[in-house]
Amino acid sequence: MTAEEAVARLRSGMTLGIGGWGSRRKPMALVRALLRSEVTDLTVVSYGGPDVGMLAAAGRIRKLVTAFVTLDSIPLEPHYRAARERGAFELTEVDEAMFMWGLHAAANRLPFLPVRAGVGSDVMRVNPGLRTVTSPYEDQETFVAMPALRLDAALVHVNRADRLGNGQYLGPDPYFDDLFCEAADAAYVSCEQVVDTAELTKAAAPQTLLLKRHTVTGVIEAPNGAHFTSCAPDYGRDEAFQRRYASTPWPEFAARFLAGDEQAYRSAVGEES
Amino acid sequence: MSGGVSWGVGESASGGVREGEGEGVSGVTRAEYCVIACAEAWRGAGEILASPMGLIPSVGARLARHTFAPDLLLTDGEALLVGLDGTVEGWLPYRQHLALVTGGRRHVMMGASQIDRFGNQNISCIGDWAKPTRQLLGVRGAPVNTLNNPTSYWVPRHSRRVFVERVDMVCGVGYDRAAGARHHRIPRVVSDLGVFDFATPDRSMRLASLHPGVSVEQVREATGFGLVVPDEVSRTREPTAGELRLIREVIDPGNTRAREVAG
Repeated sequence: MTAEEAVARLRSGMTLGIGGWGSRRKPMALVRALLRSEVTDLTVVSYGGPDVGMLAAAGRIRKLVTAFVTLDSIPLEPHYRAARERGAFELTEVDEAMFMWGLHAAANRLPFLPVRAGVGSDVMRVNPGLRTVTSPYEDQETFVAMPALRLDAALVHVNRADRLGNGQYLGPDPYFDDLFCEAADAAYVSCEQVVDTAELTKAAAPQTLLLKRHTVTGVIEAPNGAHFTSCAPDYGRDEAFQRRYASTPWPEFAARFLAGDEQAYRSAVGEES
Repeated sequence: MSGGVSWGVGESASGGVREGEGEGVSGVTRAEYCVIACAEAWRGAGEILASPMGLIPSVGARLARHTFAPDLLLTDGEALLVGLDGTVEGWLPYRQHLALVTGGRRHVMMGASQIDRFGNQNISCIGDWAKPTRQLLGVRGAPVNTLNNPTSYWVPRHSRRVFVERVDMVCGVGYDRAAGARHHRIPRVVSDLGVFDFATPDRSMRLASLHPGVSVEQVREATGFGLVVPDEVSRTREPTAGELRLIREVIDPGNTRAREVAG
């Protein structure tokens, strides 16, 4: 399917998980398609990078669930920061491990998982709905009962996929993309290249097959679809363009790069370099 | 835990006027004393993962691995465990890194945009959390780190804006809030002025050693709470000739350490 067709399945008010990590292998072509749609009022669940920065700047986020938002080589995401400082959306701020166990809980159809994180920190203060659970065994330790992060839909980007939804990562880190898909009612996977199923394991080990087709709803071929975040080994982060993004006021950036379709985006980026 | 260099250094104010800045009698720079002070955090740590965040802690961890902590595991800042020459020896994607944290076989040195007398650390935001005056990184892995593995801190510019009476958002848990959590430990805080620990009856922060060229008054002046200062104040130790050679010629020949701490 196309990015537009995937986004057409999303509705305002949905809880949307976005894969990748910081400014690494983010499904940016899908995020750009989302920005071209009217979908808004989203609860976004993400180890945040420019996906969150853009959606926050564009006013599409009602609530964000995250442990951080960063551009990695630029520690603080300026558009996210500006949106947060004007109180533009609700925030559920949890620890990186709590976030991961929330995805695991959702993928395993559990209401929560116990996690040794959060107790003693202000994560408890800013999330008054968080509950603790005490070990029923001799140790009697108290843990945070991290609630499942169940998603209406997930967006992730990988290196290769077949038409059936088997997704392959070729870089060093799977991040949590398989968990996002398993935690979601529908998962849309963009990839650098759609290949025949037999091609997937011709030159790569079967452990690279991160996403299984029973957890994937739609596949979108999107070359450079993580740009300007990294998508190892196909390409690294476009640091020059990321600096441009970070230093340009949002309305100007959006007008210059996001007013048209993905082809127009690529052309506009090409004119920059 | 945290990836790469991604932690909030942006809020550290410059530390004000300092005496004795620049090279000491032995030609050792302040940055090099900081490297030694960071490296010492991992002395004799055994076969655990060293997770340094920031330039000087990274140089320190590599120095420790070269010398007195030869069994340390180091990452490439991404998903690989690597030897000192970059040889890949293992795979540690984020999901395994987070599992390693709860297994406890790790000593992380995080940044701190704010830290208080009990070692509560903030990298999330400044001001009221509901509508912060300055949004920083977010809590990242500080809550899980501090309840599971030894967590030290690195502050490249010691000032009253960082060493505060009360942090705005507790990310890393301090001793007064840990309530005896069984795996909680903050071995040390290293700044550009000295080394600090919590070896006091009420677990409040103590000056453990001053870097050469720094006075107790300077540290007090730059600290926003009453620091415990022992009668006899130690000096951060001198690097050996071998350590200096490793720092200058092998680990950090480009002198990136001077970008983090001048002098």
